[in-house]
Amino acid sequence: MTVNRKTIAIVAGALLLVALPVIAGLTDEPYLVTLASRILIYALAAVSLDLMLGFGGMVSLGHAAFFGIGAYGVGILSMHAFEGTVLFNWPLAIGGSQAALTVWPLAVLFSAAAAGIIGALSLRTTGMHFIMITLAFAQMLYYFFVSLEAYGGDDGLSLFARNTLPGLDLGDDRQFYFVCLAALALFLFFSWRLVHSRFGMVIRGCKDNERRMKSLGFPTFRYRLVCVIIAGAGAGLAGALIANQTEYVSPGLMHWTRSGEILVMVLLGGMGTLFGPVLGAATLLLMEEFLSIYTEHWMVFLGPFLVVVVLFAKRGIYGILAGGNGNHG
Amino acid sequence: MAEALLSVRSLVKHYGAVQASDRFCLEVARGELHALIGPNGAGKTTALNQLSGELKPDSGEIYFDGQDITPWPVHRRTRMGLARSYQITSIFDQLTVKENLALAIQAHNGHSFRFWRKAGDDPATRREIGPALERVGLEERATIPAVSLSHGEKRQLEVGMALVGRPKLLLLDEPYAGMGPGGAVELTKLIRRLKDHVSILLVEHDMGAVFSLADRISVLVYGRTIASGTPETIRADPAVREAYLGDETPAKEGTDA
Repeated sequence: MTVNRKTIAIVAGALLLVALPVIAGLTDEPYLVTLASRILIYALAAVSLDLMLGFGGMVSLGHAAFFGIGAYGVGILSMHAFEGTVLFNWPLAIGGSQAALTVWPLAVLFSAAAAGIIGALSLRTTGMHFIMITLAFAQMLYYFFVSLEAYGGDDGLSLFARNTLPGLDLGDDRQFYFVCLAALALFLFFSWRLVHSRFGMVIRGCKDNERRMKSLGFPTFRYRLVCVIIAGAGAGLAGALIANQTEYVSPGLMHWTRSGEILVMVLLGGMGTLFGPVLGAATLLLMEEFLSIYTEHWMVFLGPFLVVVVLFAKRGIYGILAGGNGNHG
Repeated sequence: MAEALLSVRSLVKHYGAVQASDRFCLEVARGELHALIGPNGAGKTTALNQLSGELKPDSGEIYFDGQDITPWPVHRRTRMGLARSYQITSIFDQLTVKENLALAIQAHNGHSFRFWRKAGDDPATRREIGPALERVGLEERATIPAVSLSHGEKRQLEVGMALVGRPKLLLLDEPYAGMGPGGAVELTKLIRRLKDHVSILLVEHDMGAVFSLADRISVLVYGRTIASGTPETIRADPAVREAYLGDETPAKEGTDA
């Protein structure tokens, strides 16, 4: 029966997400669409972290670094496009761009490259050391962007408009919402295939017992590194979207507290479940949205809630909704 | 004598002041079951970890199948045909028996940078999973999560995973540890069967098993091989008696374990 329950939960969730702009229109609450876009974008970042954390067993406190790099990719290219200046002159002159089809893949590429470098260094450690070193790298990047005066430094960088996509108007909140939804759906589908593929088996084996994986004949380092790169790429895409949504990027996007938030989303929703982090992102952001109306200390409520979920629902909110069985996402 | 399958030359490994391997030497011939015994703290595990590649020796060389494998990482040795099973059973609890074996099969069939197709649909896996299950006698238990197997069955699976990819040499690390009498009999049968297909280096405490199974035995004391030979020579060797066996003649009752 759990399979049915799981399917029902996922289908219901998907229907709700598709219908949401209509509901928002009918109830005359257009800000719901903005809020929901934000949830989808953070969900994408959380799902990408889940690949590393829930399936690969790599606990990172620096995931926001990749998120921030994706966002800055959009911000910086947009600024140059606006000013008509070049990004750099050598080896060939590259200017800015506003076209989503150019900028977003580039943003993803930047994040993936950063994940490759940070991952290659961090994966030489495990456990607590891995947590600390990913945190350290993310904070290094944070301070790097804080001091990067050319791109706004501490104050961040405002976009003069959202990116352009042929046939769509991303400036329209509803159209933008569906782009975010499509991005999340595609990434979820890709991740779901991934965790069941040969690659996914290796990653999950490494989480259980890396020593044994080596003695079975797997060069585990390179598999885990590719997993980090894929996770970083996903976060980069989310970053590119958040830059478009808020039309503003700042170093705050990659502060370690942001990494913590993404981590909490995964834990809350259910590690190693893929769909769980989507629920986690929704729960966290909705709590923030509605509790902060009453008090600015809304985290006082989040803390105990998180403790209860982690203690009593091993597979998070997703585990409660979809039933405890089936640890394969 | 024909060239040995495994030839260990003067391995040295220090832990601070402790000399865990002190010019450790060992020769394992093709097709034999070679046992490595020694009292507690003799450095058996250290020796084994260096053979499998999990520990780097301070000096010395390891030749396997004619090649110097001393600097090789674990996974490369495995692919060369040097497989290991662990003392503490080390299978993937959350996966089923079948998935455990499939993972081992996957390790020996090309790289795993395949992101799309379901792992279970892999042609190599589909081809080899049946024989792999049969080899360890777990066909009936194929779809059970490994965590719910009995201790003996876990051992069988553990060994089965090491056997995938048809290794040339199997390193068995104290397979009898924590095994009840019934399980031990099963395991002895399994090892006897394996003996015909693969060379084995057996590190073991259980003297009965060692003396009944081994073609040759090496005795390790304080990180050094003090004797090496057939069970009869080892039993008669005065140095071995003194250093390790005490005055008891251990394996006179070398009955089946």
